[in-house]
Amino acid sequence: MLALYSNPKWLSVVRGAVERLTETLGFPPVECRSITRAVDEALTNIVRHSYGNRLDRPIAMYFRKTQRRQDGEVQQGLEILLCDRGPAVDPNKLQGRPLEEIRPGGLGLHLISEAMDTVEFTRKGPTNRLRLVKYLAQANDAL
Amino acid sequence: MQISARRHDKSTIFDVSGDIDFASSPEVRQSVLHEIRESRTPRVLVNLSQVRYIDSSGVASLVEGLKASRDLGSRFILFGLSEPAREVLQLSRLFKVFEIYDNEEKALAS
Repeated sequence: MLALYSNPKWLSVVRGAVERLTETLGFPPVECRSITRAVDEALTNIVRHSYGNRLDRPIAMYFRKTQRRQDGEVQQGLEILLCDRGPAVDPNKLQGRPLEEIRPGGLGLHLISEAMDTVEFTRKGPTNRLRLVKYLAQANDAL
Repeated sequence: MQISARRHDKSTIFDVSGDIDFASSPEVRQSVLHEIRESRTPRVLVNLSQVRYIDSSGVASLVEGLKASRDLGSRFILFGLSEPAREVLQLSRLFKVFEIYDNEEKALAS
């Protein structure tokens, strides 16, 4: 579990931790980078949208190994849960913009969904919960 | 993140290194847009060879630079993309939108 405040200066620290974690769990380098990017984009969204750029709000991150059965095989994976105490988010707003539009902004959600196998947003009591899961390819099942 | 500027004839070259993220992208955005809009430099180049990480806000800063240069009829060029920078531009489907060169020599000769 990792607890931090919503100050962007901590983003690089989290990226370092997630990149080392995914490397240790055996994800290939491209996926280590994409998972790290997804977590970074999700944290940035919390700071910007959930907390309106306030620097002192709490964010909790939970990491655990998980698995699923795919084509008769057990597939190992990493589950990351990000929790914040901001206002409830309208799930309809959690849509990336069409990439055909060339304009700044709106890419973060696209980068998250490209990187992860599962992206689930829920509201539980006063907490926004974003659940991200990435599974290892069978040949790389090193968890 | 570090950003510095060099002049070459009628061009300005920005060398960017480190991580371009939500904390640091405003500096990139401000530097690039100032050069395009205020200094009216005909050609602005950004060296991304030492960029270790770039997030969507960093990409957005580059898109703003591109749009500003198009508005003013100047050129906005990226060169020497590091692997992380290349990945993000490809994932964002922006790779073909920018004018991109392998290295500074080719960018300046363009």
